[in-house]
Amino acid sequence: MGAGHHHTLHRPGDTPVHRLPPQCKLAAVAAFAIVVVATPRTAVWAFAAYAALLAAVAAIARIPPGFVLRRMAIEIPFVLFAFALPVIGLGERVEVAGLSLSVEGLWAAWNILAKATLGVVASILLAATTEPRLILVGARRLRLPPLLVQIAMFMLRYLDVILDEMRRMRVARESRGFVARDLRAAPVLARSAGALFIRSYERGERVHLAMLSRGYTGSMPVLDDRPVPAAAWAAALSLPAAAAVAAALAWTLG
Amino acid sequence: MHVPDGFFTAAVSVSAGVVAAAGMAYCLRGARRELDDRAAPMAGLVAAFIFAAQMLNFPVAAGTSGHLLGGALAAVLVGPYTAVLAVAVVLIVQAFLFADGGLTALGINITLMAIVTAVVGWAVFRLVVRALPRGRPAITAASFVAALVSVPASALVFTLLFWIGGTAPIEVGTVALAMGGVHLLIGIGEGLITALTVSAVLAVRPDLVYGARGLTAPLELRNPDGTTRLAEPSAPAAAPAAASARKGGFAPFALAGLAASLVLAGVVSFYASGDPDGLERVAADHGLDAGEQEHGLGDSPLADYGVAGVADERLSVGLSGIIGVGVTVAAGGALFYAVRRRTRDEVGASGTRTGSADGPDRARA
Repeated sequence: MGAGHHHTLHRPGDTPVHRLPPQCKLAAVAAFAIVVVATPRTAVWAFAAYAALLAAVAAIARIPPGFVLRRMAIEIPFVLFAFALPVIGLGERVEVAGLSLSVEGLWAAWNILAKATLGVVASILLAATTEPRLILVGARRLRLPPLLVQIAMFMLRYLDVILDEMRRMRVARESRGFVARDLRAAPVLARSAGALFIRSYERGERVHLAMLSRGYTGSMPVLDDRPVPAAAWAAALSLPAAAAVAAALAWTLG
Repeated sequence: MHVPDGFFTAAVSVSAGVVAAAGMAYCLRGARRELDDRAAPMAGLVAAFIFAAQMLNFPVAAGTSGHLLGGALAAVLVGPYTAVLAVAVVLIVQAFLFADGGLTALGINITLMAIVTAVVGWAVFRLVVRALPRGRPAITAASFVAALVSVPASALVFTLLFWIGGTAPIEVGTVALAMGGVHLLIGIGEGLITALTVSAVLAVRPDLVYGARGLTAPLELRNPDGTTRLAEPSAPAAAPAAASARKGGFAPFALAGLAASLVLAGVVSFYASGDPDGLERVAADHGLDAGEQEHGLGDSPLADYGVAGVADERLSVGLSGIIGVGVTVAAGGALFYAVRRRTRDEVGASGTRTGSADGPDRARA
């Protein structure tokens, strides 16, 4: 998915959630997502508990519900898919096994809806309370491959530059009367994409040379690696821990 | 096509994560070997380009627009290693910073949209280039075929994962037909735009197109005494030659496997397109749905494939899940093994930094 992405989700603030070290938040959200996915779908109350946990986090972080709801639009294609499951299930094979199929379809729809929604909300809360750059710093501190984190950092740093180049090209196209009506416009747009690639690539070469002249040897200096207090880890991991308790109960009871 | 959390079982998500991690580790090594310390800035800027190019909407028909997926395009322009990394980084950033695509499904998304599209695209590109006479038209044609095949191939791998551990009760054959059919259509658009973009770059900076590196004639230097000699190729152009020369038994094996899967993909796709009923229906569904969305072509199919047919029987997910996880983990293990073996070879063959400095010399020899 690419369209409509040029604004990040970050919402500056100064709450306990905002202040947590990014690596703690990353680990907590990833663990939470895994716990949610691993929960049996029949344990409806467990999903309610997860939603309550996320609501509590949002309240602590002072993220208004409207903000989260607007950003949840990203999962609409899958919501449509989920709603289609039980309905089409009945319509397609009524004569074979109408009832059992619809039940299965309903469960599957519920499963996808609940888990996808909880995952999206958790990701939105992470992105809203953490500066984009800090998310990548957190990824580095979690010992992700340094080259990968560097690539992501370069991408993030120059994303707006590249998007601005693209915007300028669009303005130039449209000021010359170009309107993309059908597939015949593709050569023009493809040439724009080609020009954008050349500009991006050449910019990459210039960036590399500029960095070499400042002593770059293939790895970035790490300036801010302070040890994280155990309290921060405890605070961040309380979310997946609480979720894990609910999941364990769901597994043993259900 | 960004898969959210909960669409696949946890076991499949984790296994796909293992495959994605192994594939990216392999590509990190490859990119570092090709680009040396240029790897991070170059791959980062290419990732930003892919991200931007995905926002370029192409009108397809009345009211419908599609956007580039970019895996095959990146593979042709910057080579498969950097392409996988760039697209994977785009997906990672989208998942963490834009909440697009589930965190537990990140491995699935990377496997489908970064690894499969770039690797299949690159393999097809190489095969077609080899079959055609040398020249720019061959590069353009190969880009078209590569992008055309890469999209349905990704859709078929999605179907395979769905068969192993999807959570929705849909018959896998229907999913395969619908996914293959619709993505063949999407692939045509993707191929067209990829070919046009590659030819646009070829016209201006042919030296930047990784897939066309063999095309440029060597520079001839004329000395004052009248003798001529060929200029030694610059380091970035020579590195891939050295890398391919060093490639051991893994590359042919991977290419053979890819070729097999491509034949499968092609055959299944043809069956899908030979079935007018299913295709028309999915296309209609797809068109309807795409009208509601800004970027229907690339993303909404998933919302519709299931619609094309929901079966009455749920696959015995338990058993097939176990088998599937076993297969996936075996594949991931094989990748890991290959990566580890290659690292050992590399360390044995050349020291840390001298290895890359040797590159041009070896290519010349």
